[in-house]
Parts: sequence; C-alpha cells; structure tokens
Amino acid sequence: MPNLTSLSISELIPALRRGEFSSRELTEAYLERIDILEPKLKAFITLSPDLALEQADAADKKLADLRRSGGPQQSEPETGQLIELPALLGIPVAIKDVLATKGVRTTAGSRILENFEPPYHATAVQRLITAGAVILGKTNTDEFAMGSSTENSGYQTTHNPWEYTRVPGGSSGGSAAVVAARMAPLALGTDTGGSVRQPASFCGVTGLKPTYGRVSRYGLIAYGSSLDVVGALGRSVEDVAAVFNLIAGHDPKDATSAQYPTPEIQLDKHATLKNLRVGVPAEYFESGIQPEVESVVHEAVTHLETLGAEIQEIHLPHTKYAVPVYYLIAPAEASANLARFDGVRYGPRAEADTMWDVFRKTRGEKFGREVKRRIMLGTYALSAGYYDAYYGKAQKVRTLIRRDFEAAFEKVDLLAAPVAPTTAFKIGGHSGNPLSMYLEDIFTLPANLAGVPGLAFPVGFDSEGLPIGMQLMGPHFQENLLLMAAHAYQQVTDWHKREPALDI
Amino acid sequence: MSLTIEEVSHIANLARLELSEDELNRFRGQLSTILDYFQQLESLDTAMVPPTASVSAGQTPLRTDQTRSGLSLSELLHNAPESDERLFRVPPIFE
Repeated sequence: MPNLTSLSISELIPALRRGEFSSRELTEAYLERIDILEPKLKAFITLSPDLALEQADAADKKLADLRRSGGPQQSEPETGQLIELPALLGIPVAIKDVLATKGVRTTAGSRILENFEPPYHATAVQRLITAGAVILGKTNTDEFAMGSSTENSGYQTTHNPWEYTRVPGGSSGGSAAVVAARMAPLALGTDTGGSVRQPASFCGVTGLKPTYGRVSRYGLIAYGSSLDVVGALGRSVEDVAAVFNLIAGHDPKDATSAQYPTPEIQLDKHATLKNLRVGVPAEYFESGIQPEVESVVHEAVTHLETLGAEIQEIHLPHTKYAVPVYYLIAPAEASANLARFDGVRYGPRAEADTMWDVFRKTRGEKFGREVKRRIMLGTYALSAGYYDAYYGKAQKVRTLIRRDFEAAFEKVDLLAAPVAPTTAFKIGGHSGNPLSMYLEDIFTLPANLAGVPGLAFPVGFDSEGLPIGMQLMGPHFQENLLLMAAHAYQQVTDWHKREPALDI
Repeated sequence: MSLTIEEVSHIANLARLELSEDELNRFRGQLSTILDYFQQLESLDTAMVPPTASVSAGQTPLRTDQTRSGLSLSELLHNAPESDERLFRVPPIFE
C-alpha cells in the first residue's frame, strides 16, 4: 500500500476507480495523519470524521457498483474517454470555516458563532459534495477573514508547517497549512485582500483567487461583499484547476455571480509560453521588500522567459494607494455585513434587560479586537459628515487602481509579481501595531480592488528555508491563462513538490 | 487627525459595540493613526473620476415574483439562543 497521503489527485482518481484502495482507507489515512499533526499545527477548528467516513463509504459503494457493471476502467468506444464519474469521487477536502457546511459547525473563526450549525451548504461546498468529495473538516481562519496570519482567530493560531514559530499567513492560513502538511489534498479558501494567495505563498502551496463573481458567494459568511472571492488551494496548479472547474460558474442564488461562460480548464503538458507577454510591475519591487523575495521572484520571471514568454516592465502607478483604499472599503462593507451578529437569531447571547444592551454586550463580548477595530473604522468612514472624504474618496481611487490594470492589459497578457514583501513572519511579529500588519498586504490588495484573478505558486525558498511565492494576475475571466502559464512552470521546476519536514 | 474619546464612543454606539474604558482609549490611538495614514488619498485628484461600487460584470438579475419554499421553522430556529416554537424570544425593545 503506497503512502496514501502522498498521492496527487491525478494519481488518486484512477487508483480509486481501479479499486487499488478504497475511499475509506484513503480518508482514514488522512484522519490518522491529522491526528498526529493537529496538536502542533492547529489548522482545524472543527473536524468532521463521522461525516467524512459516511461520505467515503457512499463513494466506495458508487465505485464498487461501477466496477461490477464493468464501469470506471472502461472507456467510451468512440472517444476513449473514461466513463464519467463525479470528478472528485472519494477525494478528501478541507473547507475554510467561513463557508457554510450543513449540520457541521461553522464559526467564521469567531466566538459570536461558537455553536452555529448552518442549515444549508455554501454553493461552492455543495458543488464539491456533488462531485463526490469527502469533507474532513473546517479550517482555521482569522476572525471573519480579517487578518493575514490566523492570529485573529477566536480559537487558535495555526503554525506554519515549515517553521513552527511562524505564521502560515491568512486569513486562509488553516487551509494553506493543511495542504502544505498533506493533511488534505485540497482545500477551499477565500480571498478578500489576499487571503488565499498570501498563505499559499507562506506555506509553499498553490492558491487561486478567481475573478470576482466567478464562484458563487452563496453560503460564504460575508466580510467585504465587493471584494470576497472563494478560491482553492492545492499542491499543484493541476489540482487547483480541478477544483476551479467544479466550483466556478453562475449561481442564481448569488446576485453578483457572473453570467460569463466557464469553459473547463484543460492543462496542456507541453504548453510553451511563446507569444505570451508578461508584465512585471515596477511598483511591486520598490523598497521594503525582503531582498531574497525580490531575487527569487526575478529568477522565476526569467524562467518564464526561457519557456518562451516575452517580459516587459510595466507600471501600476496607484499601487501604493491600495492599502488605504482597501482599509476603508473593506471595513465599511464589513460594518454593514457584521450588523447581523446581534445575539438574536444565532450564536451566544449576552445577559441584558433591553434589546439594545443585548446587541451591545453580545457584540462587545464576542467579537475579537481586530473585528471591532474594523467595524469601528468602517462605521466612521460611512458616518454622516465623513462619507465623502473617506468611503466616497476610496471608491474613486479604487477606479484609478482598476484603470491601472486595464491599461496594463492593453500591453501585456499577464502580470508577474511577488505575493508578499516578506516570507512568513514570526507569530506575534506585528502585535500591537495593526497598521504594520495591514502593510503586509500591499501586493495582494490591488487584484481584489480591481476584481482580477490571481494565482500564487511556490518559486523558491529563502536562506531560512521559508517558502517564497510568485503570483500571476490576468484580465477578468482569464484564469485559463494564469493556470496555463503556471502549469508550464511547474512542469520544469519542482518547488511545488517540496514538503516540510514534519515528525511523523 | 486625532479622534476624541467622545467621537470614539459615538462610533461604538452607532456600531452597537460595548467597549471598556481601556478599549476606548486603545482604539482612539489606533484609529487616529490609521486615519492619518488615509490622508495620502487627499493628494489624488479624483474630481472627474467615477466611484467603483462594484467590480461585477453584469447587471442586477431579476426573477418572477413567485413564492418559493424556504427553510423550515425548525431549521430557522435551530441556532436561536432563545425561542418558542415559532418565534425568536428577545428582551423588550421599548421601556
């Protein structure tokens, strides 16, 4: 029996179909590995082993039925294609705890949802379940996805599997750690200001932030409604593309869901990057970036060139304004989205004699510090007398940032840039200084403000052995370009195959 | 740009957040610093720039005004801290 948790999705799928091992055996192997690693890494808020095994058994039954009928290993006579089975049948996945999972506790990393059990699945989750996936559990996140390290989680801080004293990034830090430590082959995350890409970079895994509107936000506990995007993390571009194919696509239950067609991404093993114009934005390499991050990303760009891409320097002049713009818009939207948490319909309720005091006390007691800070910022920015100067102004500068991207994409097909100015920082490294934490997001925020897709993948390590990621950004709805280019890179490099040394 | 304690208190009230004396003071300092940092946006001329409220591609989708079934009462009340068989139970709003 091979080490089941080390197999990739493309190895798992045919093996499960042939009956080399069962989904139950695979799921148990992952649950065992989680048992050993979780006490140290703390990547999960809730584990769902009973549900997982139930789903695994159901998958095994389907696989057995098909084998009995001469099924899965058989090909269609004309096309030679394998007979269609749910694409992820029997494959374990982990879900970031901001996405609703019916009957499984969903907390958004907050104590104000401590015992909340959603009565429905998020659309992205439902699509994975329909595809046969097995849900291992809910991963740790900064509270309401507000943060870049999981240190703002109301439950625990996740540890970076590469270096225990460092953060995995955030807010999808739990999902990134789970994938890096091989506690699941795939995980869903969300990216509002970089929360898929930055942890992917800090943990040496591949993470996709699709175009805004590509993936339904139904069932995603909202933080910034004009910024939130559901994304995927995996060990390779190939794995992430498989998840993207399943979760992308219009959903009538999300009014912001795009009607744009979603052709299935097919990755070509022999793609060259000839005729691909890649822009390198000068503003992403200005002072403040860790020198090794800069040099490793430059090397990766050179690598794209040897694969045939044409590199040119471009400018996104309003990049530096992304931080103040984001930290006005996102908190403003959050202050509205989090108004619903009031102790009335769900979550714990503080003891009080009047309704107003129930609201004030429940929220005051159960929201964490960063959440309160952002609610306050957002409330101020929207309040009478200040709206135009703050929120209104930020929305106009957001237009300028969006136009920077539009202008760039007239000259190039893709942009290549670092994901974060540093590698994973130490746990507690930004404590007491919220603004310094906000500045970490400088390279990821612009893509959310413009709504464009971004793909982060590992391109090297620093001298302390910490992963360094690069991101590709493209025009709206051009995820295929990003995935194709990064896939070509992963065919000739092995950064994405490296694993942290863990005591098993 | 320094916020006063009264201003911070007012915002907390708008946001229905009960904050301790300590929290009020800490937020006063932090919010003032952050708002100072936002001043750099002033240097940009946005007089002729329209705001971006949404990066959504399409228009607001519509559907026919037809009732559909939703969640059951028991599902809706499942997470309630206090309820009876049909309602969420809350303290009085009016004195």
